[in-house]
Amino acid sequence: MIDGFIALYIFMLAAFTGYEVIARVPVILHTPLMSGSNFVHGIVLVGAMVAMGRAEGPLELTIAFFGVALAAGNAVGGYAVTERMLEMFKSSKGAAKPKGTH
Amino acid sequence: MGTLGAATAIQASYFIAAALFIFGLKRMSSPVTARSGIVWAGVGMVVATLITFLTPGMSNYGLMTVAIGIGGIAAWVTGRRVAMTNMPQMIALYNGMGGGAAGAIAAVELFSGEVHGVSVLTLGVLGGIIGAVSFSGSLIAFGKLQGLIKRSFRFRGQNFANLAILALTIITGALIVVNGGSAVQTQVIVLFTVALALGVTMTLPIGGADMPVVISLYNALTGLAVAFEGFVLNNAAMIIAGTVVGSAGTLLTQLMAKAMNRSLGNVLFSGFGETAAAGATGPAGTLKAIETADAAVMLGFSEKVIVVPGYGMAVAQAQHKVWELCQALIARGVTVKFAIHPVAGRMPGHMNVLLAEAGVPYDLIYDEAEINSEFETADVALIIGANDVVNPVARTDKSSPIYGMPILNADKAKNVIVIKRGQGAGFSGIENALFYLDHARMLYGDGQAKAAELVQAVKAL
Repeated sequence: MIDGFIALYIFMLAAFTGYEVIARVPVILHTPLMSGSNFVHGIVLVGAMVAMGRAEGPLELTIAFFGVALAAGNAVGGYAVTERMLEMFKSSKGAAKPKGTH
Repeated sequence: MGTLGAATAIQASYFIAAALFIFGLKRMSSPVTARSGIVWAGVGMVVATLITFLTPGMSNYGLMTVAIGIGGIAAWVTGRRVAMTNMPQMIALYNGMGGGAAGAIAAVELFSGEVHGVSVLTLGVLGGIIGAVSFSGSLIAFGKLQGLIKRSFRFRGQNFANLAILALTIITGALIVVNGGSAVQTQVIVLFTVALALGVTMTLPIGGADMPVVISLYNALTGLAVAFEGFVLNNAAMIIAGTVVGSAGTLLTQLMAKAMNRSLGNVLFSGFGETAAAGATGPAGTLKAIETADAAVMLGFSEKVIVVPGYGMAVAQAQHKVWELCQALIARGVTVKFAIHPVAGRMPGHMNVLLAEAGVPYDLIYDEAEINSEFETADVALIIGANDVVNPVARTDKSSPIYGMPILNADKAKNVIVIKRGQGAGFSGIENALFYLDHARMLYGDGQAKAAELVQAVKAL
């Protein structure tokens, strides 16, 4: 059980953490990073699963079903596009093989 | 495994997931480690999801698995296939899904009538509202960037209408809290209906150019909604991950708005160009065309060339040819660097992704702050598909709508070559004074075709 003030402390510390982690990011990574943070809130999936696990009746169950499907889309889609983008970033010292040149 | 054991395993896995998310985001902040960052965060997600199946007292496992399968497979297939140029709207779409999920959690919990206590109830309702707004708003943003919604809808008193809808949403939410959550279904239905409508009416008037800021804002909002629903469900992983994204997303939104010389309030409550039009007189001088062969000589015998790509290059699919041209120049001993303005693509950093796709190593790519002092030592600034971000009036003309926007100082280079399709103005509709300067030359034509011709001409030197 997370009660009142403990919850507030978690909220405050997590907020500062998010700010600090992003503050030093170079502009070149802004798009993948937005996508990456988009993936991270895909954790909403576990909440949607719990809500669906105790949903009763057709209305609750239908909404919960959509919730789980949407959350899974958020997590999986966020991962797929972020990984694809980051995979392309190469240094000229490494194997900088031009992709797709004809 | 007993109930107590399962509970401990769940808590432990959520703890590990939260730690991996933060660790992953941290690693994503450098191009060297970024790839491993998303993989670590992915491991955290898989662990947390699998362990959640062990939650005591759950039912509906079959349907739950089907839902995960449908959402997951659809997102995986689209995410693997989407073109890099369409990345911003896909991010908006996946983000909207997360918002919708947070809204759904709130709806289920409120319908069940099992949410008690003013603070938890308030957070639950707020999370539901924010999630629903983020859901419908992100869908509109997706529709606009994808070209499904072509125009911006504006009418007199729009801000007032939005304010009225917002007020209605808050009043309905407050009523639910006051009632102590004893399931008044109609109120919950009204709440979500107006919240979804708010997301639509808020986003429709916003122009395509401002959309990245809005997408980023909705990303932060979804994070916040997830955190609030985490309080309702007593789920620490959701609280931590949601809050981290909420604050990181807010910072990212501010950075983007600043890079575009727009304040957030400006983006949300006014349309671009409404205050413009007046002022700005056309630049003096004439446009001077150049032939491909001459341009190739200029580039080939330079010591240093700085390439300034814009979204026009990506639209023309010219990035591969441009990189080929740069490789030809590098082979001749020319120093080549890429200068990227924060808003060069559809969103900050988007151009880097597009260049990376073409195979350009990231250490040749510099952002505005890093490279602006170097233009003076460059023999040629090669502008391809960029316009407003190199317009020097942003420095000088106070009446210009882009005045004050940080720009790339391409005009300081010894020579400027502009590859451009025709004589049109930039995204903001402003004539570019750079093109009229004495040392600027226009190479008219399709970006990809011209770059290909330049490759041949440089190789033939």
